[in-house]
Amino acid sequence: MAFFDRQLTKPLPLGRTLFSYGMSAIAVLSTALALMALLSILFEIFRQGLPGLKWEVFTSLPAPAGETGVPSGFGNAIQGTVLMVAIAALLSVPLGILTAIYLSEIGKTSATATIVRFVMSILSAVPSIVVGVFAYAVIVLATLFNYKGFSALAGAFALAVIMLPIVVLSIEEALKLVPQQQRFASAALGANSIQTTFKIVLASALPSITTGVLLAVARVSGETAPLLFTALFSQSWIENILNPTPSLSVMIYNYSGSPFPEQTQLAWTASVVLLGMVLLTNLLSRLITRKR
Amino acid sequence: MSSPNSPTPSLATSSESDLALCARSVDVYYGNRQVLEEVSIDVYPGQVTAIIGPSGCGKSTFIKVLNRIGELESNMRVKGEIQFFGQNIYSQRVNLNRLRRQIGMVFQKPNPFPTSIYDNVAYGVRVFSRPSRAVLDDVVESALSDAALWNEVKDSLKKSALSLSGGQQQRLCIARALAVKPRVLLMDEPCSALDPIATLKIEELIRSLQQELTIVIVTHNMQQAARISDYTAFFSTDESQVGRLIELDSTAKIFGSATHSRTRDYIEGRFG
Repeated sequence: MAFFDRQLTKPLPLGRTLFSYGMSAIAVLSTALALMALLSILFEIFRQGLPGLKWEVFTSLPAPAGETGVPSGFGNAIQGTVLMVAIAALLSVPLGILTAIYLSEIGKTSATATIVRFVMSILSAVPSIVVGVFAYAVIVLATLFNYKGFSALAGAFALAVIMLPIVVLSIEEALKLVPQQQRFASAALGANSIQTTFKIVLASALPSITTGVLLAVARVSGETAPLLFTALFSQSWIENILNPTPSLSVMIYNYSGSPFPEQTQLAWTASVVLLGMVLLTNLLSRLITRKR
Repeated sequence: MSSPNSPTPSLATSSESDLALCARSVDVYYGNRQVLEEVSIDVYPGQVTAIIGPSGCGKSTFIKVLNRIGELESNMRVKGEIQFFGQNIYSQRVNLNRLRRQIGMVFQKPNPFPTSIYDNVAYGVRVFSRPSRAVLDDVVESALSDAALWNEVKDSLKKSALSLSGGQQQRLCIARALAVKPRVLLMDEPCSALDPIATLKIEELIRSLQQELTIVIVTHNMQQAARISDYTAFFSTDESQVGRLIELDSTAKIFGSATHSRTRDYIEGRFG
């Protein structure tokens, strides 16, 4: 009755065994390589930046170039980044939610919805510097409320344009994940489609919507190119959102090439702070997703 | 098995406005494909009408035509006329939200909203009005009591509806439908996702509800139809895969001495 090989302990042919081990080794090595590139960036930023991380960097303005011994920091740049990202979120999130509702609940597979979706994915692929130039043309060069020129508002507008497609596409995905059965259950109780959307669909999708918004926030927090053309930079505290406004990313860009070692040190430390802010936002979004 | 107290259905004697639902020559299409042809049914108020038939005979489709919920999920088209207490529900002027409030529905799979038990039941009421907390509390309690769920959840109304068992979730969905005081309740295989004990509870519930409510229930379980219904409609398909109503009669008649041989064959398990 030797229809099959009963020897369960007999190893597989050598070629198969070697191939299996070889492929596993390649996979592990590639992962290590990818991780190494990432970790070395992080390591270098922390090595250079951490020594400069004192409380005063959060509370003071950058000291004039060449001046040592006075408190120096980038409190104004943190202020600027938080302010512009917040305004950008205020502009893009409501618009993004309503657009996503249109795509997922009203337009669905209609021609208009398909076009809007297509435009959104193109918009998300537009280089951020192009968005910066666009904002420069429509906001910076225009006169708003008797102000003309670089401003936090222009910077926030550019960031909002970058955020919009990310927000729309991720919220649409979140809405589509809400089971159809919930919509039917709501309709069967006499709710109209707007009531169903706002009371049932949005409520169900809220955790993933928050995650999407936070990820978009994390993404634009580090944007530099669009801010160079719109918010520019400033050495002082923010007094008016219609004035040139500093940001962490532009500060890093300006100071990292500086001949003064104090300024390059500030740029490294600002990188650590910016990284920390992005990390915190990401962690927050993870936390919200997990709670679901 | 209960014996129906109204006369056996007869198109000639029943006045259409006395019927809870009255379908006349209903054809249903998905796109260009016809799934139901020439279905005419009378649903008597205060009675349980079961719809049975083999898979794919269009019984679930038909029940979704009765509160026009089918239009939401696909490119469904309906021809013919359906009256709800004498009003044509396919009239242009019908407000779908008001219609669906009168004709509630319980779905095949329990689909509670991911909110608290209380909010689930209160949802339908809140959609149409802003009652005071006290009124809402009363509505929630009586709906949950009617659905035989109150004693199990009265101490945990704030808990998520998703924490309930499958059978409890389905009774919650029934309570949610009852809370808006519909006149007809459509049930699309409400027990198919439940275990036998939960099924038994739902069946008892259906029996107790029919005093004030008209119930139309689709079921693939013939014993269930025999146990709980007053009238039974048998749907089947022909060679062209188009569903038709073969026979509608009192449940006793259908299960005892059906007129059509196809009904008898199905009841006796010779096909389907």
